[in-house]
Amino acid sequence: MEKHDVVVIGAGPAGLAAAAAAHDAGAKALLLDRESAPGGILRQCIHPGFGLHTLGQELTGPEYGAHYAREAENRGIPFYRDTTVIDLSPERLVTVQSPEGLRQIQAGAVVLAMGCRERSRGALGIPGSRPAGVYTAGTAQKLINRMGCLPGKRAVILGSGDIGLIMARRMTLEGAKVEAVCEIMPYPGGLTRNIVQCLEDFGIPLYLSTTVEEIHGKERVEGVTLAGVDGQRRPIAATRRYVECDTLLLSVGLIPENELSRQAGVPLDSITGGPLVDEACQTRVPGIFACGNVLQVHDLVDYVTQEGERAGRAAAAFALGKIRRKQTLPVEPGAGIRYVVPQSLTPGEEGVLSFRPSKPCGAVVYRVRAGEQVLRQVRRPRAVPGEMERIPLSRELTAHIREPIRVEMEVVV
Amino acid sequence: MKRQLSCIVCPKGCALEIDPDSLAVTGNACPRGEDYARQEAACPMRVLTTALRVRNRENAMVSVKTASPIPREKLTQAMAVLKALPVEAPIAPGQVLLEDLYGARVVATCGVL
Repeated sequence: MEKHDVVVIGAGPAGLAAAAAAHDAGAKALLLDRESAPGGILRQCIHPGFGLHTLGQELTGPEYGAHYAREAENRGIPFYRDTTVIDLSPERLVTVQSPEGLRQIQAGAVVLAMGCRERSRGALGIPGSRPAGVYTAGTAQKLINRMGCLPGKRAVILGSGDIGLIMARRMTLEGAKVEAVCEIMPYPGGLTRNIVQCLEDFGIPLYLSTTVEEIHGKERVEGVTLAGVDGQRRPIAATRRYVECDTLLLSVGLIPENELSRQAGVPLDSITGGPLVDEACQTRVPGIFACGNVLQVHDLVDYVTQEGERAGRAAAAFALGKIRRKQTLPVEPGAGIRYVVPQSLTPGEEGVLSFRPSKPCGAVVYRVRAGEQVLRQVRRPRAVPGEMERIPLSRELTAHIREPIRVEMEVVV
Repeated sequence: MKRQLSCIVCPKGCALEIDPDSLAVTGNACPRGEDYARQEAACPMRVLTTALRVRNRENAMVSVKTASPIPREKLTQAMAVLKALPVEAPIAPGQVLLEDLYGARVVATCGVL
């Protein structure tokens, strides 16, 4: 049977970085992707803003993806395209459907890098009939950028995550009228820079604490009913208003794509939707690692690349018999924190804690504690759930801890 | 009266203030924020990205960008120019497709064989 030290599932930014790092750590890596070219979702993200942290320059998505695809190619890492993994066992037997048919590959270690998918209308339960013209923002992005089709002429966008904002600008540039972006929360989901350059630049209104209550139209969307919501996110009848449109784009959240992880028995975090991992991105199933949006939904691809490199290095070490499982300590979200990744940490190892605040605040202090001991604290001028925070912990810091680690937020008054 | 701006240079999104008379900038965490605020007060500039149909390939698109920012008020006109631009494969990543679009080169951000 075909064998590889490290099999990386998914050749988007996380997988590409993992494969290159695994190779550099001395392992024989293999990249698998169900698409015909590497790059993942970056291939349709033609806007700029990628690479400021890892490459020190601002690239578009296709350019960023091509940079890391070249890195993998230059190392001679084999890439099996049009190859879908249909099963993964806890013993790391990978079953794939490829142009050559069904086959099995034994992996010394596996890196899960399958990314995420978008929440769709079904997950929201918006009342109304089922007309054409309701798309997820990412589907509209693919239609416009990769297929050259404009999905509608007059659009309402539900959800102010970055993809929704980017698509508001993209639809406008292509000649469509974007009537509004609605956000059910009282604060925007995306980065401030995208509110400015995607909405304000084009005079597109952003309605906070507002949702789409009903979709109208039989064959095609004819309009939507917008409604303001109260503190419990219940629509307020008196604020209902009808907006004529032929298209509704949904940018209402991303869900890590963990079907394969579940098949392999990998336990998941109920908040992130991704696997529970340690500081080396290892899941609770030995030899199976996870990185990128399959682990936790990121805002910036640069951090996906860094996480991929961490997972790739660790996967190589596992495959080459260089790491043993040691006792780990739990890492938990404390006051004001929604989640923390990793969910466990090995004393004496370095790690990066990624987390998000539960709600937006002004100036805050984040504290990392082990019991009563404060390991690190950082001040931030503001806290926004749409922006992931990261605090690195050095080996020296974690060497002597014995109690569970907790991240908490305190508002500075 | 100071003008409030949100910096768009990086994902940090600093809240900037610029004095329209002295052009003094505050709130920036790095020098790029200062440059951005001054430029924004004078003439807002943006990088334009879009995707163009490749005429001699079936169902092929090429993604493009302006290699430097162009005036924001020209974005709509720039889109019209690009839409009419005949683009043919093969295209190499980084290939210049138009020399001057409101002061910027237009380059391919992906390749088409």
